[in-house]
Amino acid sequence: MNKEDKIVSNKSKSSSPFGKLEGASSSLVIINYGAGNIKSIQFAFKRLGVEAILSNNPDEIIAADKVIFPGVGEASSAMKMLKESGLDKLIPSLKQPVLGICLGMQLMCKHTEEGDTKGLGIFNAEVKRFSNKVKVPQMGWNTISNLKSDLFKDIKDNEFMYLVHSYYVENCDESIATSNYDLEYASALENDNFYGVQFHPEKSGLKGSKILQNFLNL
Amino acid sequence: MLTKRIVPCLDIKNGRTVKGVNFVDLRDAGDPVVLAKQYADLGADELVFLDIAATIENRRTMHDMVLKVAEQVNIPFTVGGGISSVEDVDDLLHCGADKVSINSSAVKRPDLINELSQKFGSQCVVVAIDAKQVDGEWLVHLAGGTIPTDIRLFNWAKEVEERGAGEILFTSMNHDGTKAGFANEALAHLSELVNIPIIASGGAGTIQHFVDTFKDGKADAALAASVFHFGEIPILELKEELKQQGIPVRL
Repeated sequence: MNKEDKIVSNKSKSSSPFGKLEGASSSLVIINYGAGNIKSIQFAFKRLGVEAILSNNPDEIIAADKVIFPGVGEASSAMKMLKESGLDKLIPSLKQPVLGICLGMQLMCKHTEEGDTKGLGIFNAEVKRFSNKVKVPQMGWNTISNLKSDLFKDIKDNEFMYLVHSYYVENCDESIATSNYDLEYASALENDNFYGVQFHPEKSGLKGSKILQNFLNL
Repeated sequence: MLTKRIVPCLDIKNGRTVKGVNFVDLRDAGDPVVLAKQYADLGADELVFLDIAATIENRRTMHDMVLKVAEQVNIPFTVGGGISSVEDVDDLLHCGADKVSINSSAVKRPDLINELSQKFGSQCVVVAIDAKQVDGEWLVHLAGGTIPTDIRLFNWAKEVEERGAGEILFTSMNHDGTKAGFANEALAHLSELVNIPIIASGGAGTIQHFVDTFKDGKADAALAASVFHFGEIPILELKEELKQQGIPVRL
């Protein structure tokens, strides 16, 4: 059975519980799989006037217009939680815009050095640890440059974003923003309907909010 | 380039800020949420809320405050005071805190650091260390600096890093409240010793003190309370001066 079949069958099994969502003009789901500070993301959207739904239910996630894939913590345990709920199969099959934040973005890559963990393979990129030439984690406000995506509409080069991370995504073809710490790395990625940001737009002031608004507008 | 952080610290008692705060244009300077929003707008990079009267009874009050701050403030914040278990941290993170700061509880039971970093990730575990230099030796103190221990600052800093702390908030009891500058020698030594960010605390009185703690003390962030609360050092002016002096800041 391929991924598509499995999801269709999941959906057909339970057609009623989320019937109330049908017809909603716009819905935003934050995937709730036990990793991370999702409250902050939910509040950030609330400040934009959007009520985000927290969910790990496949039907609800598939039905959403936009999906946020958050993540804070350790990669291998987060991936374990995704597998337990079958979300590791569901997320790569989504067709609507999906935004991975922080560890969420790293898990969307093909592999991470953290716990030698295989990722979802949505982005063809490797996740590596910063060297000990710099303090790890990188913690604080750094700039994003080389912006090339509608996600960054009206965001100027060298805007400051808040980051907290010990692992980074190597600069690659899918990079839509870069930052410098230890080396130049990809601080945002895009592949089709999938987007990822290493920084925390929900904690990055008004410019961060603007990026979340841009995501809603995609 | 990663910038140096300016971190105002708010002391909280029963859900209200204490130590008079003197912002002329605030409708309620005792309301931590109003104050936090103000600081975020003025250019603070991060905030710390310290529950100075942490008791089981007023834990709910603190949770309510954290929820309100998370709802309205769009920069990161740390919550400290009275945190002694994984459950305490779970509750605070669920209310929307980005990081928690532990102090005495980590000294009493160092395994707490390992437990927290394994469960929630190092990035949200700040270990606060209050230390005092006694006869040339920096010794860790507990309970807001009132109880001396025989634990040496530098040994303890190394240990908390190894146990998984993501950051160290170092307060020099010799400098705290003096407004005579930060403990830059000890800070620089800490920064060389461990490979996690160090927040300097205690002694801020002038803009030059911040310049010095970033340059000489090699601090990654600087925390202060009264100089910000009483408007003695406007954050924007401080950051402009830091930039002038070649220190990377978010402006």
